[in-house]
Amino acid sequence: MTTAAATHTYRDDVGSRMGMWLFLFTELILFGGLFIIYAVYRFKFPEQFSLAARELDTLIGTVNTIILLTSSLTVALSITAIQQGKKHLSMMLIGMTIIFALAFLVNKYFEWSHKISIGIYPQSPELLNKPPGEILYFGLYYVMTGLHALHVIIGMVVLVFSMVFIAKGKINQQSYVKLEAGGLYWHLVDIIWIFLFPLFYLIS
Amino acid sequence: MTSNVPAIEPDYLHAQTNSKGIGAWIFSTDHKRIGILYMVSMLVFFLTAVVLGVLMRLEMLTPGKTIMQPQTYNTFFTLHGIMMIFLFIIPGLPAVFGNFLLPLMIGAKDVFFPRLNLLSWWLFITGGLLALVSLFLPGGPADTGWTFYVPYSIRTTTNVIPALFAAFILGFSSILTGLNFITTIHRMRAPGMTWFKMPLFTWALYSTAWIQILATPVIGITLLLVVVERLFGVGIFDPNLGGDPVLYQHLFWIYSHPAVYIMILPGLGVVSEILPVFARRTIFGYKVIAYSSLAIAFIGSLVWAHHMFTVGMSNTGMFIFSLLTFLVSIPSAIKVFNWIATLYKGSIKIEVPFLFVLSFIFQFSIGGLTGLMLGVLAVNIHVQDTYFVVGHFHYVMFGGTGFGLMAAMHFWFPKMFGKMFKKIPAIIGWLLMTLGFNMLYFPMFILGYLGMPRRYYDYLPQYQSYHIISTVGSWILFIGILIIFINLLISLKKGKKASANPWGGKTLEWTVASPPPVENFHEIPVVEKGPYDYSEYEIKPESVK
Ligand code: HEM
Ligand SMILES: [Cu+2]
Repeated sequence: MTTAAATHTYRDDVGSRMGMWLFLFTELILFGGLFIIYAVYRFKFPEQFSLAARELDTLIGTVNTIILLTSSLTVALSITAIQQGKKHLSMMLIGMTIIFALAFLVNKYFEWSHKISIGIYPQSPELLNKPPGEILYFGLYYVMTGLHALHVIIGMVVLVFSMVFIAKGKINQQSYVKLEAGGLYWHLVDIIWIFLFPLFYLIS
Repeated sequence: MTSNVPAIEPDYLHAQTNSKGIGAWIFSTDHKRIGILYMVSMLVFFLTAVVLGVLMRLEMLTPGKTIMQPQTYNTFFTLHGIMMIFLFIIPGLPAVFGNFLLPLMIGAKDVFFPRLNLLSWWLFITGGLLALVSLFLPGGPADTGWTFYVPYSIRTTTNVIPALFAAFILGFSSILTGLNFITTIHRMRAPGMTWFKMPLFTWALYSTAWIQILATPVIGITLLLVVVERLFGVGIFDPNLGGDPVLYQHLFWIYSHPAVYIMILPGLGVVSEILPVFARRTIFGYKVIAYSSLAIAFIGSLVWAHHMFTVGMSNTGMFIFSLLTFLVSIPSAIKVFNWIATLYKGSIKIEVPFLFVLSFIFQFSIGGLTGLMLGVLAVNIHVQDTYFVVGHFHYVMFGGTGFGLMAAMHFWFPKMFGKMFKKIPAIIGWLLMTLGFNMLYFPMFILGYLGMPRRYYDYLPQYQSYHIISTVGSWILFIGILIIFINLLISLKKGKKASANPWGGKTLEWTVASPPPVENFHEIPVVEKGPYDYSEYEIKPESVK
């Protein structure tokens, strides 16, 4: 008979990964709710939506897309690095990911503040004068990109912790499932953006 | 199976830990302690909400003002609903008994993510306290009803934001519990415990967990959007700004209908656990019961719009949702038939948990049948938002899950605390509860049919006789609940010592000491038989002459 005590004290990476995937699933559904709302309103106000979309700056959106895609790459590389035991390289790559994330947020900040300065924000007189479809579009724009930005921030916190764990040796060549989880989370943030980008910036 | 009780090992209640006093509990990652934490906190919320319910009933004793102002009544039914739903019935069985029993039942030492488990409880408490705090903040308690329907929930000046936020946090806690349970069930079953050797309560938890993680995010985002609307006036649901309040209802019920199954599935699991033990018979149709849990979880996710037949929907839409609603009753009915078949020719031993199970089956059946009536379009239009609905959901949630919880509390009480409770007071409590319950809620079907709307403070004099019966019922029920709790509390101190397996159960939790040792199993058991093997009690063909 297997003494099962052993089977349960050793770590189970498959299980940990499974937990993480389930969690990511719930995050996807969370955004899924927003995508449903978006779809319903786009269906209801097709012209007004595309009219409003023209006011977004596609350039900023594109730059941010490239930034996030690159950061996804660096995070993936950091996992490979730790698997090969290259601790410092791995930390450096995570550091780069965090810098990309910051750049993304700075970009976002300029984008939002520009919109706000020209009077487009919820309850602004400017916006309230527009037809309902445009009000909804910008409402959704702020909510969805805002929630996404919040996830970027959470992702950054997770990455900072991963870096600390690597430094302390808690994440190492033999045991890197925590970093994998952080990486998965970061990919999720990236993927959601990949959906947000065309929905808001490209379809017009 | 041989006994798994090591000679001397501290049980989980008395074990030494790093922290002292209450810290040894609120920072403990032992799934058993977390289960007890949930139990204590949940029961506090439950009793508070019961008192609110009884006060509401008292108000309804006479037409016009009896004891409170209309606005107070509005806040009472809101808070009663929020607490009962989000703080009692949703976490009730999974968080309390799931936490305590799941690892024991599948032969594991803990859940897969013990620290996450503790975090779930902390979130639960934070959400609960936030709901309570919102009562005392300036602005007054929320008065929207637990459904937070827009546009009213955007316009009212009461403390809707804290209440919404509380519900959001509670949802997060529920997601984490579900995620933890799924991983635990997949990864930590004892050697030999195949899927179809798992106890049925674990099957129920498994189905529930899937609903928890698939449906809860939807309500999370929906409630968050209402918060954002209130704070910034974004206008996603506000008709003034082009938003659509009906969309809110869809999103709300996409979660809240499946949530009904989060509430009831574990209750069904408890019944499937308790019945075979007291009927001394292998449960009839084990696999069918297991599958029907999954079927309920699946079909149950597709019927949400039966809450919205009167808000304006296409005829095709109404027809489909009505049909699906009928379909979902099939797996539930299958379970009831299997239970009855289990009882048939069983050598039944009448004990308190069994009595509660009987009430469960009776009341759940009435709740289910009236649910079918509500699924019929014509009837629905007539009784939508009347006391008929109030009667229906209390029969299902309280008459079903609530009584299931009582059954579970008595059934596993010896295991949890190592003490037996006194039987006579428990039976009196059960009798009063069952009597009071039916007296309280049955008249509501008639009231609703006659046209008494729900969430109304005042009513026409011709309804009064039914209201009087109902209110008197609430007193009897209340006394029954008090007797039950006082009896259990006294038994904690004075009860006789319980053996490892006082009822003769066959699932793994009965193979360890009562209360269980910290590590659950000295040696992880190897499972060979299914969970309900009572063949030794069954009449052999040759002995029947
Ligand atoms: C002694 C026990 C209870 C009493 C006396 C009681 C009484 C009431 C009353 C009078 C209402 C208001 C009906 C209306 O005006 O529409 C109500 C609503 C409600 N009750 Fe209970 N109830 C009890 C237990 C429970 C339990 C155990 C649950 C859940 C598991 C529950 C869930 C609800 C819900 C969800 C509502 C709807 C609230 C709303 O309309 O917003 N109740 N109850
Ligand atoms: Cu429903």
